[in-house]
Amino acid sequence: MKFSILVSEGPYTHEAADTAYNFTKAALEKGHEIYRIFFYHDGVNNGTRLTTPPQDDRNIVNRWSELAQAHELDLVLCVAAAQRRGIADADEAKRNGKDADNIAPGFRISGLGQLIEAGIESDRLITFGD
Amino acid sequence: MLHTVNKSPLERNALESCLKHAVKGSAVLLIEDGVYGAMKGTVKSSMVEDAMKDISFYVIRPDLKARGIDESRVIDGIEIIDYHGFVDLAAKYDKTQSWL
Amino acid sequence: MSKRFLYVNRKAPYGTIYALESLEVVLIGAAFEQDVSLAFLDDGVFQLVKGQQTDELGVKNFSPTYKALGDYDVNKIYVEKESLEARGLSLDDLLPLTYEDEDDDWAEKDSIKLVSAAELAEIMEAQDVVLSF
Repeated sequence: MKFSILVSEGPYTHEAADTAYNFTKAALEKGHEIYRIFFYHDGVNNGTRLTTPPQDDRNIVNRWSELAQAHELDLVLCVAAAQRRGIADADEAKRNGKDADNIAPGFRISGLGQLIEAGIESDRLITFGD
Repeated sequence: MLHTVNKSPLERNALESCLKHAVKGSAVLLIEDGVYGAMKGTVKSSMVEDAMKDISFYVIRPDLKARGIDESRVIDGIEIIDYHGFVDLAAKYDKTQSWL
Repeated sequence: MSKRFLYVNRKAPYGTIYALESLEVVLIGAAFEQDVSLAFLDDGVFQLVKGQQTDELGVKNFSPTYKALGDYDVNKIYVEKESLEARGLSLDDLLPLTYEDEDDDWAEKDSIKLVSAAELAEIMEAQDVVLSF
């Protein structure tokens, strides 16, 4: 079955990013397809490579990047939400005159239409948020 | 439909509102702080027990364990599942609504 | 084949960004020509209250945007009766949301439909995709 996931909360403050990760991992283990994971609201903070948690804690951002690489996942950060919260890739940083980008490997930035399209193209769309 | 609830019923009305809108034959999965809604002997337990006639209830084991809620304190009839079980429910029911 | 999308709004505006960013999804989603409905229940009904003035707060007042929904062919806006009543509100307290019905000689009609919790439960059950913010 084809699943898409919406993550609406950032890492560490709220459990949503952990639940979304555990759900995604379980779905992949069961042989389902993950069509897209869309990050919205503070959820875009799941995609900054500057995250540096203590060594004895999970690294939520790296965990997404590694899962994306292993399973060719499509991790999409909403562009409007990302701009508000200071998450940028090289193109976005250049376009907005910023001196750095911070997007993590395996993530890309795109529009809200990607969320709607995920809802249309997937059998199920599951939301994790606050 | 599968409903997920991630708020404690002792703090927010998400579970109460969910139960008001869950039709007969649907399922409610308690996740994150929502697992407090699965506990026996709280002022909100009867709300869940009354709804169990028409609705199937599930609760995530890792969330229970993290919060120190022993399985013996879970209302009888609520099925305790892991994330694979969550995936199975999401596949079984035609859509999921998250009561955020 | 279009899908039935329902956007569920249960949160008040301004205290958090969810109401505003939900509206942004609805506006983008309107371009996809799906069958779109909005539900306002619990504190979500506060999003539609008229007379919102945000100048002293220093944030954008996005409530006028709800009035534009009709122009985007988003005209099934369900407001839950019990939630309104529990908050001491009536339809008169809400923004007048209308659309022009192309199947009825472009007559102006109300987009807001007052529904009971039981009716809203059936509306939720009839969807393909339910998005909550």
